[in-house]
Amino acid sequence: MKRLILSLAFAAFPFPALAAEFDVEIHNPTRGLYFTPLLVAAHAESVTLFESGEAASSNLRAMAEVGDLSGLTNFLNAAGANIAENPASGLLAPGESTVTTINTGSAVANTQLSVVAMLLPTNDGFLALNSLTVPTEPGTYTYTLDAYDAGTEANNELRGSESVGQPGMPVPAELDSELGTNGTGAASTVEGYVHIHRGNLGDTNLSGGPSDIVSTLHRWLNPVALVTVTVK
Amino acid sequence: MVFPRYMLLVLPLAALVAGCGSDNDDNDPLTGARSFRYQVTITNLSAGQPFSPAAVVIHRSQWQAFTLGNGASVELERLAESGDNEAFLAEAGADASVLATETGMGLILPGATAEIPASASGSSDSGFLLTWMSMPVNTNDGLVGIRGIDLSELSTGDTRTYLAITYDAGTEANSESADTVPGPAASGLAEGFNAARDDIRDAVYIHPGVVTLDDGLDTSTLEGIQRWHNPIARVRIERVQ
Repeated sequence: MKRLILSLAFAAFPFPALAAEFDVEIHNPTRGLYFTPLLVAAHAESVTLFESGEAASSNLRAMAEVGDLSGLTNFLNAAGANIAENPASGLLAPGESTVTTINTGSAVANTQLSVVAMLLPTNDGFLALNSLTVPTEPGTYTYTLDAYDAGTEANNELRGSESVGQPGMPVPAELDSELGTNGTGAASTVEGYVHIHRGNLGDTNLSGGPSDIVSTLHRWLNPVALVTVTVK
Repeated sequence: MVFPRYMLLVLPLAALVAGCGSDNDDNDPLTGARSFRYQVTITNLSAGQPFSPAAVVIHRSQWQAFTLGNGASVELERLAESGDNEAFLAEAGADASVLATETGMGLILPGATAEIPASASGSSDSGFLLTWMSMPVNTNDGLVGIRGIDLSELSTGDTRTYLAITYDAGTEANSESADTVPGPAASGLAEGFNAARDDIRDAVYIHPGVVTLDDGLDTSTLEGIQRWHNPIARVRIERVQ
């Protein structure tokens, strides 16, 4: 009987410190890169979206090649993650910010924060915050994110397909007017593993040259994203 | 070239600062204010980007040099386009949230290290932040620096090291042309500051690097040696009192 009362007491007064609520603000500080819809997730330590140096999962590949979040979202939902999908309601343009709130509620094991989105224009480049342990002390914390290459598609830097596994880059309307045309293709091969992106090559020839990417607009130096976490 | 002219302005300021420093060594028995002194040591890690004289500001969180994604102040624009930090430091110094401003004494050449003393007084160092800004001078409107470093975590004798990245003020097109780049890689005849804002957007962003003539940008006066990666500088902050 005593034991029952104790457990009832615990049920009525769970440890509030174990649940976490925090805001995640994502800023695009680049000169000319667009972020595809962002995936923000709090998940358990046993879950990871990718491992640098290893081959990308098919779910990560779909995100990195065409901005498709459905595979990663299904994977995370199955793992009991708290997910904020597409907080910017579409592309996050250079210089823009978006914010979302994550509340882990009863999912106290979801101590890790991951944020990913494809970078356009690239073939299979993406930004990533990979399993950050969210601080428990209230405060504001800023993190800088580097650009990764999923290693699943050759960086030919040409306009191309919105289908996974097809060469070339998806071209949303925002980029259609900026990119060059009729490039011959930058020399490239499928790298085979997730790594730090080498950056865009691009060229200054809008109607030819090796690349449809514009070197004066679409290059970057890391970091490519700023994430500010505010723990309440 | 704007730097020789400006360095003449900087030297008397620096002499003034050096002369005043010892007066602030002791605590003020009337106000209870304590003096907090720091040594800021900046090393230029680039191959071909001299830094303009350092602008160092000790401030509280209500002041910042810029907000990413927002337009630069005219004073920051002047620093980023010409390397002249006088207006930037004057504007900062007039802000109620700024405790101290200091300027370095000259260009920080690639591979070189500069030491800038800075000090501020208060009843405690709670909320003290440090910002450094310079221009990588072989750019149109680049900035290098660290922003809002928390000084209150430093005890006397402590040293912390930070790595700095580059920003673009977003106030001038990145033509890299000889008539717009003020640094020694260009003609030396560049105009430096120009109030017109003609970059792709009027907002501060992280610098994408320079393309250079060697890499196919026909308008560029720059060469491969002027390219860089982040981090472009190392900053050591020591609390000396």
